Formats: sequence, structure tokens, C-alpha cells
Amino acid sequence: MEFLELFLTFFMIGAVTFGGGYAMLPMIQEQVGLRWGDIITEETLVNFVAVSESTPGPFAINMATYVGSVVGGEQGGILATVFGSFCATMGVVLPSFIIILIVAKCYEKFKTNKVVKGCMTGLKPAVVGLIGGAILSVVATVFFPQGVAISVFTTVSFYVSLATFALMTVLAFKKVHPIAIIGLSAVIGIVTGYLNL
Amino acid sequence: MKFSLKRCLQVFVSFFKIGAFTFGGGYAMIPLIQKEAVEKRHWVTDEDILDIIAIAESTPGPIAINSATFVGYKAAGVLGSVCATLGVVLPSFVIILLLSFVLKQFSEFKPVVYAFNGIRAGVLALLVKALWTMYKKSPKGWAAYIVMAAAFVLTAIFDFNVIFVLIGCAVFGLVTSSIMERRAK
Repeated sequence: MEFLELFLTFFMIGAVTFGGGYAMLPMIQEQVGLRWGDIITEETLVNFVAVSESTPGPFAINMATYVGSVVGGEQGGILATVFGSFCATMGVVLPSFIIILIVAKCYEKFKTNKVVKGCMTGLKPAVVGLIGGAILSVVATVFFPQGVAISVFTTVSFYVSLATFALMTVLAFKKVHPIAIIGLSAVIGIVTGYLNL
Repeated sequence: MKFSLKRCLQVFVSFFKIGAFTFGGGYAMIPLIQKEAVEKRHWVTDEDILDIIAIAESTPGPIAINSATFVGYKAAGVLGSVCATLGVVLPSFVIILLLSFVLKQFSEFKPVVYAFNGIRAGVLALLVKALWTMYKKSPKGWAAYIVMAAAFVLTAIFDFNVIFVLIGCAVFGLVTSSIMERRAK
């Protein structure tokens, strides 16, 4: 049952990721790769990170809706697409919804709870390490789309990607807006694509 | 009852607007929530907003959903939190659903393929920036560095399940922080 799997997978993702946004990416990468790797490649997923970043709304919701629509769409028809998105989005929303409803009643206690604080001192650095891992696999998709081989280093497209990445990293740290960064790298992609680089 | 229904509708509309006009979600949403829920509607106070951020950071799930549920609850109870959450989710749900149809049509279209070739390099840059932001917010010190390295090595190299790594790191954090506290006493 694909729809139930969508709901449960995203429920789990919503229930265990702290910090929201990109903190969810490693988990989405792992689970999508595991379950729907044949219909959603790593490359499509990275493309969709860009789409999620440049459309309004929470990143997590955008990613869930998208994965749901693709997996649901595989079942055929518009209705299945919509229902797939619905299941995934509901899944990712529900855990935090339920938890906040509980916490909202006793949040003074929650805020100063030693166990919560202690877990967070482990979870925050864990997220840093996990995103590091996610970046590693995105590096593979961006620079070595055909797999790691020495011959890659002789292709122009490798150096184009490297230069684009370097430039965009500088811009990102100069606090240029993410949408501007995505727009600019799209332009670079189109121009170099037509120049056959 | 009539009053609370009206308020629920207001909550829905406010959060629909917030969902429709913030990009990237999470912290980008906080100033807008402040404007709508504190200044305009007086559902919550500035202090509540600070609490929301603190709570959202230590509960699972998207920050946008955490804060919408919280503010909605403060404004109009459980029904209010349902309205707020639906409101904040609906715009992105509709937009992404439409986009996924469009993207499917154009996925083989040359300029789109080229554009995404460039965009993926840009996304990588954004991820590096996000890594840096998370690093700055994370606690430092030997225990934290061990956790970072372990989470990275276990998932990236040994393909460990992310959930188990997260649980392990939470337990490690709990144990080390209670040891440190005992030593401080």
C-alpha cells in the first residue's frame, strides 16, 4: 500500500527531525532512496531542494508534497497524485502538531526539563554531522554524475560546476538571498549548456 | 461559539498569508508571525514568540508547523491550532502540487535540464551555508565534536540508519551533560 507507506515514512521523518528545514534533508534522502529510489533519483531530489527553496512555504512541507505527488502519480491519475501528496504532507505535519499540542499545556516545565536539554546537547551536533553526510552525497551528484573516475577531471563540465559552486558559496556567505543564488546558477547552467561546456 | 469560530477563521487566514509569503520556512516565518499574531491580533505576546522559538528547537518537526500549532492553540484552542496548521500548509501544498505537474511536462525540455545542472551546484552552496549556520548554533567542545564526527562517519560512510544515529546521539548528549553537571557540583 503505497499511500500508507508515504504517510508512515513522512510521519517518521516528521517525528525524529529536529530543527526543521535542511535538518530534514538527510532523512528524506535516506528514506526516499531506500523506498522510491527507482522513481526519484538523487538528482531529482536535489533539483527539488532548489524548487522548495524558491517557492513559498516551509521547506519540509514542500519536499513532502513533492515526493508524495511523484510516488502517488506512479499509481496513475491526478487523483492518485493529489492523494499521495496529501498522505505525505499529513504525515510530516502530524507529529509536530500532536507534540506541540501536548507541550503547549505545560511548556514552562518543558523548557527547563533536564532530559530535554540533555538530549538537545546531543541532537544539535548530530544534525551538523548528518548534514555533512547529506552534502557529501550531493557533491557526488553535482560533480560526478557518471560516477567517480579520473576522467571526470578532464571534462570542462566538472570545472564549470566547481566554479559555479565556488561563486555561489561566496555569495551565500555574503548573505545573498537563496532565490537569487538559485536564479543565478540557473542562468549559468543555461548559458554553459548552450555553449556545450 | 460564534466568537470562537470567527477567531478560528482569522487564525486560518493569518497563517495562510504567512505560508503564502515566506520563502524557506522556519525562521523566515518568525517576523511575520510576530507581526500578525502579536502586533495585529494580540493572540500571543513577544515573550510567547521567544518561547515558541525555544520550544520549536527542542521538539521534532518543521519549525513552521510547531509555531503555527502553538500560536493557533493560544489564540483559539485545539480548533485554532488545526486552523493555523492547515492555513500554513495549504499554500505550499497547492503550489507544489501544481509545480510537480508542470515539472513533469518540462523535465526533458533542454533549457530546464541545463538550468538544473547549474542549480544543483547552487544548492550545494546553500547546503554548505546551512551546515555553517547549524554548526554555529550547535554546542561546542569535545563531546559535541565527537557527536558531529560520529554522525557524519556512521551515515555517510557506513550507511547507518539515520534514526538510530539520532537516538544514539540524544542518549550520548543526555549522559555527557548529566556527568558534566554532576562534576560541576
